[in-house]
Amino acid sequence: MHLTERPIDIALLISLVEAPGRGGIASFLGTVRDHHAGRQVERLEYTAYRPMAEAECARIVAEAEARWPARIALEHRIGALGVGDIAVAIVAASAHRDGAFDACRYVIEELKHRVPIWKREYYTDGSVAWVDPTVPGGVVELEPGTP
Amino acid sequence: MPTRAPATVTVHLVFLARYAELVGCETADLAVPAPATVETVLTAIRTGLSRGGELPARPVCALNHRQVPLDAAVSDGDEIALLPPVAGG
Repeated sequence: MHLTERPIDIALLISLVEAPGRGGIASFLGTVRDHHAGRQVERLEYTAYRPMAEAECARIVAEAEARWPARIALEHRIGALGVGDIAVAIVAASAHRDGAFDACRYVIEELKHRVPIWKREYYTDGSVAWVDPTVPGGVVELEPGTP
Repeated sequence: MPTRAPATVTVHLVFLARYAELVGCETADLAVPAPATVETVLTAIRTGLSRGGELPARPVCALNHRQVPLDAAVSDGDEIALLPPVAGG
């Protein structure tokens, strides 16, 4: 499973891919930023189209493991997160550093484009918006009356 | 007796994130005339669902958990999801 409601344990992810033959381990952590597009972020909520998000994460990991001689662990948080919480973690272990760095980079870039996960940001001024990287300003305000 | 193809196909719709807010539901079942494509289903959503017309003209769509072009054929029982631009990571 690649999606989790629980805090991400990076040490656990490393333990899943480390091995005596893999001397290079690269990791990427995406954490909740305290600002976006000029507004102060207080917290956020991730939602996912769960069956497809799980399938797409598995496909991306399989692609990276086919392209580089690496083993990869990937987890993405779903639900309510606070500033500084780990939202996504990728650990790539390979015999050497090149394979580890390249595989790790591939997974985060593909995830950002392909995995159906959405982010709702709650700002310190009380406003709320959906993050949408395709629109000017990067957010779409919530529908009026939405809880 | 030869088996006749059904006159309609019924698909399971999934609306996500702000599209769910827009149309006011997360799931719905919809029957459209056969043969149908994702585009046929989108047209039916626009006319048949409250505020369906406010959805983008060509939203990203997934058929049974895989992104597909809008001319992909749909069958009875398929799950079609409308995906807003993603923002994970």
